[in-house]
Amino acid sequence: MKRLFGYPYGLWLTIFVVLPLGLIGYYSITATDAAGNTYFTLRHFHMFFEASFPGQPFFSRLYVNVAVRSLRLALMTTVITFILGYPVAYIMAGKGFSDKSVLLFLFIAPMWMNFLVRTYAWLAILSRNGILNTFLAWLGLPILDILFTDSAVLLGMVYNFLPFMVLPIYTALKKMDPRIIEAAQDLGANSPRVFIRVVFPLSMPGVVSGITMVFMPAAATFIIPNLLGGGQYFLLGNLVEQQFLRVGNWNFGAAIAVIMIGLMLVSTFILSWFGRAEAKEGGMKE
Amino acid sequence: MIAKKLYLALIVFFLYAPILVLMVFSFNYSRSQAHWAGFSLRWYRELFNDDQIMRAVRNTVLIGIFSTVAATAIGAAAAVGISKMGRRFKGIVMGVTQLPVMMPDIVTGISLRLLFIFVIRFIGAGNLGFGTLLLSHIIFNVPYVILSVMPKLQQMDGNLYEAALDLGSTPFGAFHKVILPEVWPGVVTGALLAFTLSVDDFMVSFFTTGSGVENLSIQIFSMARRGVNPRINALSTLIFIVIMVLLFLVHKRDQRLARDNSA
Repeated sequence: MKRLFGYPYGLWLTIFVVLPLGLIGYYSITATDAAGNTYFTLRHFHMFFEASFPGQPFFSRLYVNVAVRSLRLALMTTVITFILGYPVAYIMAGKGFSDKSVLLFLFIAPMWMNFLVRTYAWLAILSRNGILNTFLAWLGLPILDILFTDSAVLLGMVYNFLPFMVLPIYTALKKMDPRIIEAAQDLGANSPRVFIRVVFPLSMPGVVSGITMVFMPAAATFIIPNLLGGGQYFLLGNLVEQQFLRVGNWNFGAAIAVIMIGLMLVSTFILSWFGRAEAKEGGMKE
Repeated sequence: MIAKKLYLALIVFFLYAPILVLMVFSFNYSRSQAHWAGFSLRWYRELFNDDQIMRAVRNTVLIGIFSTVAATAIGAAAAVGISKMGRRFKGIVMGVTQLPVMMPDIVTGISLRLLFIFVIRFIGAGNLGFGTLLLSHIIFNVPYVILSVMPKLQQMDGNLYEAALDLGSTPFGAFHKVILPEVWPGVVTGALLAFTLSVDDFMVSFFTTGSGVENLSIQIFSMARRGVNPRINALSTLIFIVIMVLLFLVHKRDQRLARDNSA
C-alpha cells in the first residue's frame, strides 16, 4: 500500500514538472515555417546574443543589454538587502530581546503579503501627488519625481525582498552555539575579530540562502519594473512575458526562459561553492 | 542597545509605513492618497459593488480551497510513497520535486502554459481558464506539502507501521490509524502553506489562466497598471487583515507545537 503511492507520484512529476520543462527546451530549439513544418534551429539563441545589431559591442546589444540590466538590478537589490538585513538579523538573534517571537513575526509577515499590494503601496506613495511629495512640499523642499525611474524600481525591489534576506540569516545566527563565541573571547579575540573570524563565517549558510532567495526572483520579476518603472522599463521577466503573451513568439520566449534557467544554475553553483569554501574556512568541517 | 533598537524600529517602519498609508487612505473620502478629506467607507462600498472584483475574490477563494485540499492529499500520499523508495530513486524524485520551488516562478508559469496548450491542441478541446488555473495551483502546491510532511515521516519510527500490520491491521487501516496521526502536524502546516501560496500567487496564475478568468492578484495587477485607484486600497486592506489573522494563527500554532515538543 505504502509502496504503491510512490509510482503515481513519479508519473505526476513526469507529466507536470519534467514534461513542461521539456516543452520549454523543445520550443527553444525549434521553429515552424509558413507551411507548418517544425524544424531544429538555434536561431533564437543567436537572436538573443546578436539581436539585429551585429556591429555593436557585446554588452550593448538589445537583448544582452536587457539581461545585463536585469542582473545588475538584481545584484544591487541583493547587496542593499544584505547591508540592511544582516544587522537586523544579527540584532534580533542577539541577547537582550526577550520577546523575539513578536519581532520575528513582524519580519516574516511581509513575506506573505501579496507582492502586488506591497508594490502598489509604493506606487501611491511615490506618485506626483502622493504623500511623499505632499510632505516634502509641506517642508518647503523640492518635490521628487522618482516614480517610473530606476530609483523607484530599486526601492520597490529592496522593499519587497528585504524580509527574504533577513529570515535565513537570522535562522543561521540563531542556530549558532553561543559557547563558540565565548571560546573565541576567552582565547583573546576582540569583538570585531570574533565577528569576522567566527560569527560571520558561521552565518554563511544563511547568507547564501538569503542571496539565493533574493537574487533569482529579483532577476526574474516583471511586476515591480512594470508597475514602478512604467511601461518602458524592460527586464528579462518583461521580455518573456512580452514574447509569450503579446508578440506570440513562443520559441524566442522559451529560449529566453532557457537562458534564465542557465543563469539560475550558474548562480546557484557559484553560491554553493562559495558557501562551502566559507564554511570550511570557519572551521565547520563535518 | 538604544542604537540597535532604533535601527530595528527604523526597518520595521520602512516595512510597515507604506502598508499603513495604504490602509489609512482606503478610508479617505476623496480619491487623493495624500490629502485627508474625511472618513468614508465609499471605496469599500464600490469594491463590493464591483462585479469583476467580486468574481476575482470568488475565484481566489475557490481555487485556494480546492487546490489546498487536492495538493494536501496528493502531497501527503506522495511523501509516504517517497519515504519507502530506494535511496537512489528517492534522491532523484526529491530533486525533481524541489525543482519548481527553486526555479523562478515565471519559468514554472510558462512551462505549464506550454503544457496546457499542448494538451488542448492535442485533444482539440478545452480552453485556458478556471480548470487550468486550478490544476496549476495544485501542481505548484504539492512540493510544499511534501517538504512539510517529509521531516515528520523521517522522525517517525518505521516499525510502528509494521507493528500495526502484524497486529492484524489492513494496510489502509494502518495508514489511517498509525501514520496519519504521527505526521498530522506536518500535513496541517503544508495545507496552511499551500492555501497562503495559492491566494498570494500572481506569476503562475498570470500565465495559466485564460481570458475572463482572473484571481485577485491578476485583478490588482491590471487595475494598478492603470494607476492609483482607491478601490485597490480598500481591497488591499481587507487582504492584509485576512493574511495577518491567518499568519497569526499559524504562528501561535507553531509556538504551541514547539512548546509541546520541548516539554
